[in-house]
Amino acid sequence: MFLRAALLVLRKDFAIERKSLEILVTTLFFAVSCVLVFSFGLVKEGKAPTDAAAAILWIAVAFAGTLALGRTFERERYGDTIRALLMAPVPRPALYVGKLLGVVLLLFATEAILVPLIAILFAAPLLARPLLFLAVLVSGSVGFAAVGTLFAAMLMRTRSRDVLLPILLYPITIPVIICGVRGTAALMASPADEAMAAVWLSILIALDVVFVTIALWTFETLMVD
Amino acid sequence: MAKSLLAPLAAATVVLFAIALVLIAQAPPESTMGLVQKIFYFHLPSWLGMYSAIFTCGVASILVLAKGSAVADRFAVAGAELAVLFGANGLVTGPLWARKAWGVWWTWEVRLVSALLLWLVFVAYLIVRRYAGPGSDKLAAAVALFGTAVSPFVYISVNFWRTMHPKTTVLPTLPTSMGVPMLFSCLAFMALFGTLLAIRVRLAERETALDALYLAYED
Amino acid sequence: MSFDFDSVQLIDVSRHFGRRRALSHVSLSARAGDIVGLLGPNGAGKSTLIGILSTLASPSSGEVRYGDRGRAASGALRQRIGLLAHELFLYPELSARQNLTFFAEIHGLRADEVVAPALERAGLTDRADDAVSGFSRGMRQRLALERALLHEPRLVLLDEPFTGLDDRAVGIVSDRLRALAARGAIVIAATHDLDLAEGLMSRIAIVRGGRLLADEAAGAGLRGRYRAAMGSTWSA
Repeated sequence: MFLRAALLVLRKDFAIERKSLEILVTTLFFAVSCVLVFSFGLVKEGKAPTDAAAAILWIAVAFAGTLALGRTFERERYGDTIRALLMAPVPRPALYVGKLLGVVLLLFATEAILVPLIAILFAAPLLARPLLFLAVLVSGSVGFAAVGTLFAAMLMRTRSRDVLLPILLYPITIPVIICGVRGTAALMASPADEAMAAVWLSILIALDVVFVTIALWTFETLMVD
Repeated sequence: MAKSLLAPLAAATVVLFAIALVLIAQAPPESTMGLVQKIFYFHLPSWLGMYSAIFTCGVASILVLAKGSAVADRFAVAGAELAVLFGANGLVTGPLWARKAWGVWWTWEVRLVSALLLWLVFVAYLIVRRYAGPGSDKLAAAVALFGTAVSPFVYISVNFWRTMHPKTTVLPTLPTSMGVPMLFSCLAFMALFGTLLAIRVRLAERETALDALYLAYED
Repeated sequence: MSFDFDSVQLIDVSRHFGRRRALSHVSLSARAGDIVGLLGPNGAGKSTLIGILSTLASPSSGEVRYGDRGRAASGALRQRIGLLAHELFLYPELSARQNLTFFAEIHGLRADEVVAPALERAGLTDRADDAVSGFSRGMRQRLALERALLHEPRLVLLDEPFTGLDDRAVGIVSDRLRALAARGAIVIAATHDLDLAEGLMSRIAIVRGGRLLADEAAGAGLRGRYRAAMGSTWSA
């Protein structure tokens, strides 16, 4: 029942998104603009610094992700459908998981565009160790999305929610960003430092477990008055 | 409960500070830094105070989320405010000391970065409580919970990040002539923490009582 | 897992936010077959009351009982409650059919069994695959009502269900509610509309300033009784 409810929510969000692709397209565009802005800021003498590639990737994901989170939950706020979801006879954490899956998939779509773009713009060997890199990318995205989904959900009925989300989200997800950036950079070094990347990856996975566990435990309490 | 502890705590604070200040004044100045080194006697205990406050807020926040306890909520708010207060003190005294000791205002060293991030989390806590409207006690408690849960990871990740670069020692082993004043300074700050916590919790208790009186009056 | 009840009770329920009282010592009960009208000015606490009855909000003090069971955050209880508020709980981007299908499935119902009849009751069979954003207010209201009733709840909670409806739509909704009550549902509707209340409701509860001022059978002279309860000042 739990998984089924989560998948129903995900499928419903897909159905809505499929009609206009609004969130997908605008998030992608924003992420690309982010990267370009950073590139223009960092290019010196016609060359972009290679080491910056890892940082820019994760910062663009974080910024674009924050916007996408806000708008994903704006959809549930518009017709107050979040209350209808909370009234369903399903375990409330299942709603969280459904939303989380949607956000994670959106982040993956964004990264699918950003990774080649950054690799080209910065001549950065992002895919030197593809499997490890993918693992770092996935676990970092899940960690960021796990906290983001919970906070965006709990802020839905709050004033000033648009500005409160980044204020709350960034300090807490900084370890995710650090590990993501350092892990990516380790894999891009020559020779690639796989041992170090594995360390960053394990910290990321531990963070994912902690975040998702706390979110599952607190979601219901935070959503109901 | 807070009421009865307040007077002895306040008294202890005053006494301990008096002793500490005398000892600090008499402690031998460090050879290269002179008087500025003595900022350290106020800097380290500030962090001690901040971490104690964070621990208080973290535990209280768990109780707020698990049980909806109003008492826990009072301690959570008090803890967060004191965390920001003591943390701000640490963040100001630190660079003042570091400028003289290391020649730079700031360094990306693991303890500093972790402390700064944690401080930001509790500033965010206070912002949520102030601006989020009804239900902000639970929202803020979630922030505190995540912040406290994430802090070991911040420490680990920044530590790994920096081990690839030369380290600067933060806490040299202190000779006894400096150790004793430091001890009293720490005790004084902890007593100050306890006093301020008691005052703030009591203030929150009074506010709740006032609200209850308003409600009862309307009935 | 299934759970049912034939009465709902609020026992000395209060709800406050800091020092603002939303509800003050409200005791109310309703049985199967009742259509209870919650009447009162804006800010009186009607929405808070409905929120507490729906389990989405908790009282600061007092108790809510469903049959002989207390309020518990359980899926089984929620399965027997249907809620409709002013915002209508519909996804504007999706079609009528898609909205109903999603909510049917998330309530554990078989979409192919319940969606088509619901569309028919709402009179929207020919517009079933059009996006809800293109519907008039009346059409959305009818769809929203059917969505709330898909799982045949025992307790039907409606917050201002008649706002913005034309006469014909009002008649359709009223008939639906009467039919529900006749089949044993407990219907509690918050409304401003006194004329409607007079015709439809079997009982009325007048709420003002968070307090329950009257709880009696509906019937003739409702307007006069309401005015008397409200007094002549603006204060809520």
